This record gives sequence, C-alpha cells and structure tokens, in this order.
Amino acid sequence: MARKLLLEHINVPGINTFDVYRSKGGYASVEKALKTMSPDDVVEEVKKSGLRGRGGAGFPTGMKWSFLAKPEGVARYLVCNADESEPGTFKDRYLMTYIPHLLIEGMIVASFALGAKTSYIYVRGEMMPQIRILEKAIAEAKNAGFLGKNILGSGYDLELYVQPGGGAYICGEETALLESLEGKRGNPRIKPPFPAIAGLYGCPTVVNNVESIAAVVPIINEGGDEYAKVGIGRSTGTKLISAGGNIKKPGVYEIDLGLPVEEFLYSDEYCGGIANGKRLKAVVAGGSSVPILPANLFFKTAKNEPRLMSYESLAEGGFVTGTMMGSGGFIAFDEDQCIVRNTWNFTRFYHHESCGQCSPCREGTGWMEKVLHRLENGHGTLSDMDLLVDVSKKIEGNTICPLGDAAAWPVASAIRHFRDEFEWHVTNASEAVVRNYGLAHYADPLDIKETA
Amino acid sequence: MKVIIDGIPIEVEPGTSILNAARQIGGDVVPPAMCYYSKLKDSGGKCRTCLVKVSKGSEKDPRPMPKLVASCRTAVMDGMEVQNITSPEVLEARKGIVEMLLINHPLDCPICDQAGECDLQNLAFDHGAVKTRYEFDRRTFEKIDIGDKIQLHMTRCILCYRCVFVADQITDHRIHGILNRGDHSEISTYIHAAVENDFSGNVIDVCPVGALTDKTFRFKNRVWFTKPVDAHRDCDHPGCNGKVALWYKGEEVLRVTARKDQYGEVEEFICNTCRFDTKKTADWVIEGPRKISHKSVISSNHYEFKPLPVVKTNPQLQGANKQQFERDTRL
Ligand code: SF4
Ligand code: FES
Repeated sequence: MARKLLLEHINVPGINTFDVYRSKGGYASVEKALKTMSPDDVVEEVKKSGLRGRGGAGFPTGMKWSFLAKPEGVARYLVCNADESEPGTFKDRYLMTYIPHLLIEGMIVASFALGAKTSYIYVRGEMMPQIRILEKAIAEAKNAGFLGKNILGSGYDLELYVQPGGGAYICGEETALLESLEGKRGNPRIKPPFPAIAGLYGCPTVVNNVESIAAVVPIINEGGDEYAKVGIGRSTGTKLISAGGNIKKPGVYEIDLGLPVEEFLYSDEYCGGIANGKRLKAVVAGGSSVPILPANLFFKTAKNEPRLMSYESLAEGGFVTGTMMGSGGFIAFDEDQCIVRNTWNFTRFYHHESCGQCSPCREGTGWMEKVLHRLENGHGTLSDMDLLVDVSKKIEGNTICPLGDAAAWPVASAIRHFRDEFEWHVTNASEAVVRNYGLAHYADPLDIKETA
Repeated sequence: MKVIIDGIPIEVEPGTSILNAARQIGGDVVPPAMCYYSKLKDSGGKCRTCLVKVSKGSEKDPRPMPKLVASCRTAVMDGMEVQNITSPEVLEARKGIVEMLLINHPLDCPICDQAGECDLQNLAFDHGAVKTRYEFDRRTFEKIDIGDKIQLHMTRCILCYRCVFVADQITDHRIHGILNRGDHSEISTYIHAAVENDFSGNVIDVCPVGALTDKTFRFKNRVWFTKPVDAHRDCDHPGCNGKVALWYKGEEVLRVTARKDQYGEVEEFICNTCRFDTKKTADWVIEGPRKISHKSVISSNHYEFKPLPVVKTNPQLQGANKQQFERDTRL
C-alpha cells in the first residue's frame, strides 16, 4: 500500500480535534517554517516539490506563488478556494470534514510564505457543516497560539476567516470568488489584471485549492525534494480522487500520481471494480467538465500505452483521444448508462450555473441543453449532432472564464466518441426512451479478453 | 507604441486598447463593439463581438496569444500584430457570437422603436447569417415601467451591462442591476422601484438594442421618418451642457437624445430635463441638421459620398475579406 501524505491519520479517532491532530505530529510544519525558514525558503520548497494546482487547471503552485506582486505597503491575501462544486468531485469536502486542521496548518504555512496577514477560506454555501467544523478548528488553533498575533513568538501575525459562499458553481472561478468575497455579484472578472497583481480589494492575491494548500504540509515536513520523489514525471506527489459512479467502493482515495488507471479501477484497495458484475462503458476522469472517454480509450492511449493517473498520461492524445486530470472527480459509467442522458444532465448543470455575462456561454449553454433534451426524449434529428459540435466550438475559447470551455468539452467529446449512440437516439427514437443503447463497441477491453 | 492591425501600422499611446487603436485607423478594421462604451469605465469584455486574434504578442514576447481576445479590454503592446478581418477564425467566431446574441432576441424590429438605429440590427446585417438554426421558444419577459419616462423590454436585452454602468457612474445612485444568472439574467429594478434620477434617461441612449426605450417617444414614429437636428440650450443642471439632437417630424420635436458619434456612442450625456421636458423648438437654439452616416437607414433617401473602406485600397486585405469586399462594391 502506498504511503499517504494527506490522509495518513484519517482513521485516527478524534483527528478532527486539535489535541489528537497535534499528537499525531500536526502543526509541525508551522513550527518548522516559522522558526527555521524564511518565507522565500518556503516558496522555494514548494517550487522544488513540483506541486501542481489541485483545483483543475494543474498550474504549478510554487510558480503561482512567485508571481505574486509585492509592492511596499500593500496588503497581500491568500484565499483558499473551497467552493468545490464540480459534479463528481467531493475530495475537498471530505478533507475539511474529517481532517480540518490539515487545511488550517497548510493555510498558516502558505500565508507565511506569501506574507499574507489575513487569509480567507471561501467555502461553498451548501457546506454548512464544514463551515462549522472549520470555524471550530480555527478557534482551537487560535487557542493554542497557532493563529493570531505573534505566532509561536516568531513575530508573524495571521488572522484566518471562513466565508460561506452563496452556492454558485461560478464562484469557484477565482476572480468570481474574489468578487463574491468582496460582497458583490459573483461574476468572473475580465483578465488581465490577474489576481496576483490585483485581486481581493485590488491587492495582490493568491487563490489556491484546498488540496493544494493541504499538500504544503507534507512538502514542508519532508522537504520539496522528498515530495517530488512520489509520483511520476511532472506529476509529483499524491492526489485525492473522488471516485463515484458504478463502482463497488465509491469514496475519496489518495493515490500516488502515476498509478495505472486499471489498478485504480479494479484493485480492492481503490474502486474495487465495477459494481453488480457489469462492464465499464465510459469514464469521466476528472470531474464533469473534462472530456468523457469510452472504456477502450481510457485504459490504453491511442499509442497503445497503458494510461496512468497522472496529468500527462490522462491528457495523452489531446482532446481527440485523451482527457484531463481536472479536479479528480472520477466517474465510472457501466453498460446500463445512457451517454446522451448524461451529457444532457451535465449541460443542464452548466446552463444553470452560467453567470450570464458573456454571450457565447449564456446563450450557448441553454441552446445545447435544449437540443440535448430533445435528443434524449426522442425528438432529435440527425443534424443535431453537427449542430451541437458547432455550437460547442463557438463557445469554446471565446468566453471570459473557463466555464464556457467546461460546458463545451463534455458535449464535444461525447459526440466524438459516442456518435452512434446519439444517432441511435434519433433513428430508434421510441426504443431510446424505454431502453439504453448498451455497451456497443466501446466495451471494457479487459472483460472482452476474458470472455473471448 | 507601434501596433499593426490587419497589416496597417499605427502609433498609439501606451495603455490604448486594441479596439481604440483600430478606431484610430478607422474603416473596416474596426471590430464591432456591443458592450464596450468609451465613456463608461470598466465597460466591455462581455458581448465578445470584438474578439480579435493576436498573432504576435509584442516585440519582446512575439508569441501569439493562445485564444482570441476581446479587443476592447486588451491593451496594446509595442510591436503587437493583430488580425481582425484578415483572420477567418475571427470572422467565424464573430458569426457565432452574432448568432448567440440573436437566438433569444425577439426579432420584433417591425414594432421596435430602436429599429433603424439599433446596434444589433447593424451587427446582424454586417456579420450574421441569413437563417437561424435555433428552433426553440425564445426567452420572454414582461415589460416593466422604470419610472414614468422609461420602459424596459427585457426580452430584447443583450445584457451588455451599459445601463448598469451609467447608473453607477453618471447618476448619483444606482437602484437597478442584474438579477439571476445565466440566460435567466435580467435587468431589473428590484420589485419594480422606479429609477428616479436627473440622468436616468441616459440608459436609453446607451442601450444598444430596444430594451430601454423612451416612453415619451414609444410608437410615435419610425426613426427614419424623423429628421435629426443639432441644437443646444442653456441648461442649468451642473453636469449637463445642453447639447442634444432633436428629432423632428414636420414641425414637431418627437424626441430629444444625446448626440451620438460614428460608433453609436453619445458624445456627452444629457439630463432628463433636456431629454423629456423641453420638446418645443422655442426651447432650443438650432445649430443645423445632423450628419448621418451613409450606412444608416436614416439617410436612405440621400446617399452621401461613401469614403473608401480600407479594404478597397489594400489588395492584401481584399483577398482575405472577399465576401465583404464583394458586397460593398456591389452596393
Ligand atoms: S464563460 Fe459563462 S460563466 Fe464565465 S464569464 Fe462568461 S457567462 Fe459567465
Ligand atoms: S465590445 Fe468587446 S466584448 Fe463587447
């Protein structure tokens, strides 16, 4: 069993309380950073670790930190993005619920590295229990002298606040999050300027995902070089994957990046295989916005190499035959699932969540949703597929924020890989409303080998 | 700073947006702008009609930008090279944007007061497709009276946010804004509160479509039957200098608006007294008839000499922009 860096003590009873967490070596990284390191040392370690943003884009965290502008006399902010709302992703919620002090520890170290005196954790509004858990944990940490004035006698002050959001997916986009945090309508800002130059209240700001901030703790404890030894190539360290769908053991798993997808899906340590003896049809590997892949392309890249759970390997083949790591929301679909229905469902979500500022996303998501709805209900036409691909192309890349892309990719990829199923929905309309298309030729290649 | 737009070089001040640099060149290389408004701070970036391709970032960093950028909100860099009408990718994207703007628009031009001076109409004419591919019900809203002088017909709105910026920046307080999100977003005064303000009427002028209309002019006449005349009066409102356009039908002033430039932007904002309450010729000092662009339907009876578009003198651009060239030369 691989070593866990984040969830090592997750099963220790009472790990959500300060005392137990501390007795398991918690807050050691704060002591190490504040007493023996300079802020720049911390940034340097994170750079060495090769840690990449865990929220979806996979941008190197150390690099992001070093872009932060540091004008004299201007406050700097660290904001933790805990607005996790991508369908299929629930790792941050898990982490905040069961081991909240890990996030707070990471926040202290990261704030120290960036020179932020005030930091925020922006939590999605629906996560009321987690907000309470975090607030309690902050109070405990403050009590023990890890927050507030002159932390551990180092002269460093930090206040940490939890801010509930209003429950909009778009507020997970970093500039929309900042708008919302400022008390405004959560519309993404037009970039540039980037938050590193002018973010919260016009001050330089870093926005990081919960898991990225938590990962700073093992990086400081063990050193960036040690952390970088875990993983593969430029995908260093461990990653939390929220596994869901038709698998035997749904849940949050911490994996070493570079784990073969086959092992992740079938080994008993992780997903445990497909539930109810069914076969795998398709996989969404990184949350609803990444391209969906049929089972055969998921296990093997187009070059016939086995696919690994890493940023590079999942993206192998680009958008034609690959997908993305995204936020780690792993959804498996078995042979009974309908791709058209699922695509419609995702699109309905994006339609509902579009902020409505820019025309391609505002109008395009609604349009795609209506076309897919009609296809799913047996009123589609054969030209609808080309229309959908065209509309998705008109959205992609032409919008203010990545939500437009996120809405376009699942549609474009579903039609690319499952076009015959879409067509079957048109040609066999009455049948399509009562039964599913089934596995067709995208069957899970493993099972085929066994039966053949 | 030197930028090259569609092969035409120009020197501009640092900090100028690509759109404004293109406007300094003028002619066909100017991208259409539906939400940007030079007199309103922070406007732009939303409608995406002004997307252009940056094929060379700058002298220092010549890499092209990975995506199309909104020219109204992207500042020029020294040595930047921009493609607008010379890029098929841009034209294709723009066609898409126009289509998106139109799918939920009621297309009720025949009964819309804005027809004839509507930016969306012009945009659709220049860049749109003849047919729609949209086969669903269009989004509709109830009409709302915003005060006794202004009517909001949200169904026609393209959510450019200009009227929100006007309320923020020109009037002393804003009481209307955007409610809801996505394609259910609507401009509204919460629970229909009236916009009471000396400068509220300017939202009518900045509205690119017929969503905000002047109730004192509604259904009075088609704009192309009225004759615009420049006039001014000694307005005692601080912040308004009383320079307006009067729209005549016969002897009667049907409406008063601010004066708009070639990009449909007002030259100076005017107060509500000038706009709504002074509609007699005796109230005004007449300056003379207003010049109307040859493109406008308002001048359809008296074509003026048409200045040569840039395309006509530049063979390189002609090839790249064949379609428009053919249409323009046919006219
Ligand atoms: S892409 Fe969608 S969500 Fe993002 S700014 Fe535009 S309308 Fe809003
Ligand atoms: S004018 Fe530039 S995006 Fe609307």
